[in-house]
Amino acid sequence: MSETQKQPPSPSRREFFKMGGGLAAGAGVTVAGLAPAAAEAAVDTSATLPYKTKTVARVKTMKVNQPVAFNYPDAASPCQAVKMGTPVPGGVGPDNDIVAYSILCTHQGCPTVYDANDRCFKCPCHYSIFDAEKGGQMVCGQAPAKLPQIVLEYDAKTDMIAAVAVTGLIYGRQANVL
Amino acid sequence: MANDRIVLPPVNAQKTNMTCHFCIVGCGYHVYKWPENQEGGKAPHQNALGLDFRKQLPPFSTIVSTTQQAVVTDKHGRRSNILIVPDKECVVNQGGGSVRGLHMASYMQKESRLKHPRIHTGDQWLETDWNQALAIYAGVTKKVLDGKGSREIGFVTFDHGGAGGGFENTWGSGKLMFTALQAPMTRIHNRQSYNSECHATREMGIMELNNSYEDAEVADCIMAIGTNPYETQTNYFLMHWLPNVQGTTIDKKKEWFKDEEVGEGRVIFVDPRKTASIAICEATAPDRVLHLDIEPGTDVALFNGLFTYVVDQGWIDRDFIARRTKGFDEAVKANRMSLEECSKITGVSVAKLKQAAEWAYKPKAGGKLKRTMHGYEKGIIWGNDNYAIQSSLLDLVIATHNVGGRRGTGCVRMGGHQEGYARPPHPTGEKIYLDQEIIAGKGQTLTFWGVSTFQTTCNAENFREAVLRRANIVKEAMQKARGGTTAQVVDAIYDAIANKGGLFVTTINLYPHVMEDAAHLQLPAVHPGEMNLTSMNGERRLRLSERFMDPPGSAKPDCLIAADIANTLKALYEKEGNAKMAARFKGFDWKTEEDAFNDGFRLQGAADVGGEIHSQGGDTGHLATYALLKAAGNNGVQLPIKEVKNGKLIGTEVLYTDKFGTDDGLAHFKPSPWKGFFKPVEGQRAKYRFWVNSGRINEAWQSMYHDYYDAGMRERWPMAPVEMNPDDARELGIASGDIVELFNDYGATYAMAYVTPEAKRNQVFMQFGHFNGIQGDVTTEAVDRNVVPDYKHTWANIRKVTSGTYKATVSFKSRQYKA
Repeated sequence: MSETQKQPPSPSRREFFKMGGGLAAGAGVTVAGLAPAAAEAAVDTSATLPYKTKTVARVKTMKVNQPVAFNYPDAASPCQAVKMGTPVPGGVGPDNDIVAYSILCTHQGCPTVYDANDRCFKCPCHYSIFDAEKGGQMVCGQAPAKLPQIVLEYDAKTDMIAAVAVTGLIYGRQANVL
Repeated sequence: MANDRIVLPPVNAQKTNMTCHFCIVGCGYHVYKWPENQEGGKAPHQNALGLDFRKQLPPFSTIVSTTQQAVVTDKHGRRSNILIVPDKECVVNQGGGSVRGLHMASYMQKESRLKHPRIHTGDQWLETDWNQALAIYAGVTKKVLDGKGSREIGFVTFDHGGAGGGFENTWGSGKLMFTALQAPMTRIHNRQSYNSECHATREMGIMELNNSYEDAEVADCIMAIGTNPYETQTNYFLMHWLPNVQGTTIDKKKEWFKDEEVGEGRVIFVDPRKTASIAICEATAPDRVLHLDIEPGTDVALFNGLFTYVVDQGWIDRDFIARRTKGFDEAVKANRMSLEECSKITGVSVAKLKQAAEWAYKPKAGGKLKRTMHGYEKGIIWGNDNYAIQSSLLDLVIATHNVGGRRGTGCVRMGGHQEGYARPPHPTGEKIYLDQEIIAGKGQTLTFWGVSTFQTTCNAENFREAVLRRANIVKEAMQKARGGTTAQVVDAIYDAIANKGGLFVTTINLYPHVMEDAAHLQLPAVHPGEMNLTSMNGERRLRLSERFMDPPGSAKPDCLIAADIANTLKALYEKEGNAKMAARFKGFDWKTEEDAFNDGFRLQGAADVGGEIHSQGGDTGHLATYALLKAAGNNGVQLPIKEVKNGKLIGTEVLYTDKFGTDDGLAHFKPSPWKGFFKPVEGQRAKYRFWVNSGRINEAWQSMYHDYYDAGMRERWPMAPVEMNPDDARELGIASGDIVELFNDYGATYAMAYVTPEAKRNQVFMQFGHFNGIQGDVTTEAVDRNVVPDYKHTWANIRKVTSGTYKATVSFKSRQYKA
């Protein structure tokens, strides 16, 4: 349980005094129909194309923080899978810690390089940085979108990780499946 | 829409020009538009991009992400796809796109847009039409004009290009405010009065956008002062600065400067904080980067020390000083400071100061002067005495002849938004500190025009409190007037503002946004793409962004809103036979934004405003027509326009080759001794631990008004981050992702802790202008002699509020690139 749930933030001393001073009671009250939506739509992560399943690696052979290269959904699309060591968003495997991404920067298509020090994919062309532990979220940079994340599945019987789809458009394509 | 594919434009898709309306750089884009039920094929002859999507495209082919695509609906319900793609032929961005520009399509036709005027009836917002909205706005305004007069009418307004601006809209709003209403209590979107960001440099004869982006490619050295161009002038930095530092522009230098020693460019950053730009330059060419990490606010001392040193070394252009300047000796005397004293104040070692002076000013082989470009931005504009810093900087720049027509030089404001200024002169020339007037209970009406002042002003908490308290007096009056006629509502509002201390608040904007908390009336405006709009960039490059879609509902361009207001007032005065007042509101019979462009930028309405128009187009603005600009495409023309030759606009690359912008044509040195901090700032510095620096973040730069409604942006930056040193954080029990509170004598605000090793101890950096966590709540009221604010210097304490929930979804990795 987070501290937020345990103890809601109390108003600061200043705010408390101001409430006593009587802020506009009517101010800020809005009709539901006209109220601004906080954000219009959730981030779309749907993948809709006819992806094939492709085996990536046996989990036992993967070392923490060492990327495994593969291509998906076809030979022209370089990807890397990384076992993070702790559970991460989109992580699969026995420890929910294995993720994979297209390594082509979503900005102008340069291959990003995995930096094991801060566990980010970094683009040498225009310096975009993507966090492998946060679903490929851009830390800083020029890319319009996250690094496309490869949807993985884990088969406990064979201990194999397989790629089954891609969320986010791979650079240089009209659609992820050519 | 799926996020693993896009829809390609067919070969016959409509294609129009668009200048990115966010930052000043103004990258060129093409907008493709075609019916929703059509799709171009993957073969190169089947799509408008002419690219072969049957196979993987190599890097740098184009940029087409899902954020660049949207479906838009026109007034008749017809739906179309749009795709907005960087223009490879544009000399500014050369096919590059910024994270902001590559989101333009996503920001078109957001559901949250204001579609029709809205009126607050005391406890709720209701939609209305323009007739009633204008009747109320003009009705109240007329009563104020006829009562205490135009000094009671306040405006907080944009003064720029891009979204919520352009030459059309600055002119329309300016003509309304300055010659029709003659309202002096006006302030600009980011400062508290009607003033310039660059009074000193202009008085010295040097307008702040005086070179071309190409000059950065051929400079021997770039001095970057209080600017972080990777995040705020992205493609200017990536396409024009970095190639110089990387050494790929040497051939151009050899060609341009035939008998001169040339080499890879160097860059000197002046900034207390290590920025993403510095990290990238260090990763690229560590030996050619110098970071002068001065103590906050000590810029005057830095430039005075360097000025004194280069004068003593003789690294100045004595012939140029004699021929084209005046006041040199007085400035040398007033600004004199030894490098030792400079080092003591700035915290930069003497050795480093000497190295900077050598890189930037020590003559090259054969005594040839260095070509050093100086680019500065809010680090000094919102610094510790804007006027004094610019004076000291320009003294150094002029003495070393780094402005005045030599290529590879220039002393320029790096800039924020697109530019697009054309207005009559301010009615009185006063510099009224609007925020303080409102806090003191003055003014009867206030229009927030294309601004979100609650989250962007200084001393923000106190300003917000005053506006909300006074606006509520009017809301209560409006609530009681429910059921009355429009005229009775106007009377009730006027009674509240004239007799009860109320403030009638109107917003003119794209969205309801934060300002609706205070407003009584909201008028819906449009942005580029929904209107034709001209703006210029940081090298004065004028372009026309073409309208390609309908605005939502009955929203309209600001210039036509201004015309509606003026024409309504004109009719009210005519109705009561007051010809004198009616005459003030003439000259607004515009049908389109092009009419407003012709009236202002093209000077056709000069007679209406007493003959004088302050326009970035100058005396030759009339040469530009929409037709010529459309033909000029995304490369446009650099102002001022010299002539029209064979149907082409011919512009100007660099300013001041012959004369400076003073009456005598000389550059004027300005004495500017070091004086320390402003008093309110010093008060907080003495009491509180952390210097609270503030600034921008790449992804949300000049686009926060859209980002408020953007799910992706809210995921990355749900709250204003505050960068903290790990040791400081540990001492206070703070971890990345925690919600912390910053507080001092002026106010308090929340922020999202972002612990990063690059942050210095006792210095934090908070994102400016965020809707969730307002840095302005802890800034002081300090301003310089021209009422230019010091947003950058305040001190506060920090405490942990709670752990929050951001850790799960937000990355807190270092934002600084390391190879």
